[in-house]
Amino acid sequence: MQTLRRTPLHDRHVALGARMVPFAGWEMPVQYEGVIPEHRAVRTDAGVFDVSHMGEIEVEGPTARDLLQSTLSNDVDRLRPGTAQYTLLTTEDGGIVDDLIVYRLEECRYLLVVNAANRDPVFHWLKDRELRGSDVRDVSDDYGLLAVQGPRALERLGLEPAKAFTWAMAELDGVEVMVNRTGYTGEPGVELACMEDDAPTLWDAILARGVTPCGLGARDTLRLEVCYPLHGNDIGPQWDAISSGLGWACALDTGFTGAERLREIKAHGPERRLVPFVMREKAIPRQGMALRAADAGEGEVTSGSLSPMLDVGIGLGYVPAAAASPGTELVVDVRGRERRAQVVKKPIYTKEEAA
Amino acid sequence: MAAEETYPEELLYHPEHDWARIDGEEALLGVTWYAQDALGELVHYEPPDVGSTVSKDASYGEVESVKAVSDVIAPLSGEVLEVNQAVVDAPETVNDDPYGAGWLIRIRLSSPEEREQLLDAEAYRKVLDEG
Repeated sequence: MQTLRRTPLHDRHVALGARMVPFAGWEMPVQYEGVIPEHRAVRTDAGVFDVSHMGEIEVEGPTARDLLQSTLSNDVDRLRPGTAQYTLLTTEDGGIVDDLIVYRLEECRYLLVVNAANRDPVFHWLKDRELRGSDVRDVSDDYGLLAVQGPRALERLGLEPAKAFTWAMAELDGVEVMVNRTGYTGEPGVELACMEDDAPTLWDAILARGVTPCGLGARDTLRLEVCYPLHGNDIGPQWDAISSGLGWACALDTGFTGAERLREIKAHGPERRLVPFVMREKAIPRQGMALRAADAGEGEVTSGSLSPMLDVGIGLGYVPAAAASPGTELVVDVRGRERRAQVVKKPIYTKEEAA
Repeated sequence: MAAEETYPEELLYHPEHDWARIDGEEALLGVTWYAQDALGELVHYEPPDVGSTVSKDASYGEVESVKAVSDVIAPLSGEVLEVNQAVVDAPETVNDDPYGAGWLIRIRLSSPEEREQLLDAEAYRKVLDEG
């Protein structure tokens, strides 16, 4: 049996009574008080997530830009020091090795924050393609990473609003942190990177400011309500970025790996598309369930849950392109029972809708 | 708010974490405190049809939390007389009161002698301890 890795906050989670589960080789809190109250805390006030399991990879050197421009889907040249960008690492076929955020730290130094499960694949992918004058390092073990999210997150942390996808260094309750204006919940907030040893102090300070500890369970339902895809569920090497609805993160003229294939798929139109849907009957869709469109054929649910805010079943799934327009009627096969669903526009949840 | 851990003496238990409250030829069925705690807050109950039959040791319905789905196993066989609509409408009732308002179905027993195979509270606790 493989030993599960623990974040620097493991003891804090256990002390708070978290339910710990294996996740991507890590022992992580799935919930403290419960998925639903934690989800609501983030939608109405502020919640903190330990995401220290995520990987950090640094790329440095005079050719760092060239390496990233040739491998990542978005246009690295649009990044200035102090800014960040959502981007994809793609295969020759346009499949997605990982989706990640790249931060430009300095003129010739970049930080990639990658999914925990993809830390090694991304590192090796880039290491194998290292250029003369670029150095790729896995620095994951140096960092603790805490996401603080919610309409009152900034107020509780005493931070001023700033533009999304920017970052700056700051001191928070005595801890030096990189304050990233990014997140995975659809709420305002920050992701705070600190030195690994400082993570417990930072965690305690954030809780003392009245922020609710939240587990991976709520992180998943929050991102699903706003239709952020999850790598390993909704996106992966087997689906190209256009079919996955991430064409907006692909600068096809930069010549990155897979750009040519993606240009073809875009020109012809993909056969399938990843769509958000809402159940029109009482049922909760789950990953792997068949998703049928009357005339167009069959697809598959890639993520499903109950929406804690809307109190209906919601999901993401691939359907034939002809069935991808909002309003299209679908049927989900819920363990042998056919339940009606409907394609909707992104995001599934918005504040106005719930009011 | 979730109930405290209890296993009432007057109920009979199935090792798959289900209970039966027998009353003459009928019984109320539900899931134990342990089952609801393992699942977390319930958000969906898929009941059987009234008039259908349930068989001891077989699934008669499903309960779901945000993250998980679980079959509900019948501790006894019989015909479904009533489904607890309150739980269909508010599944978290099971978390609040698993042995009272959170019952799942009422059945007419077809093989009352099956009760001999069920566990009393003490024996069920042992199953949990050994789990």
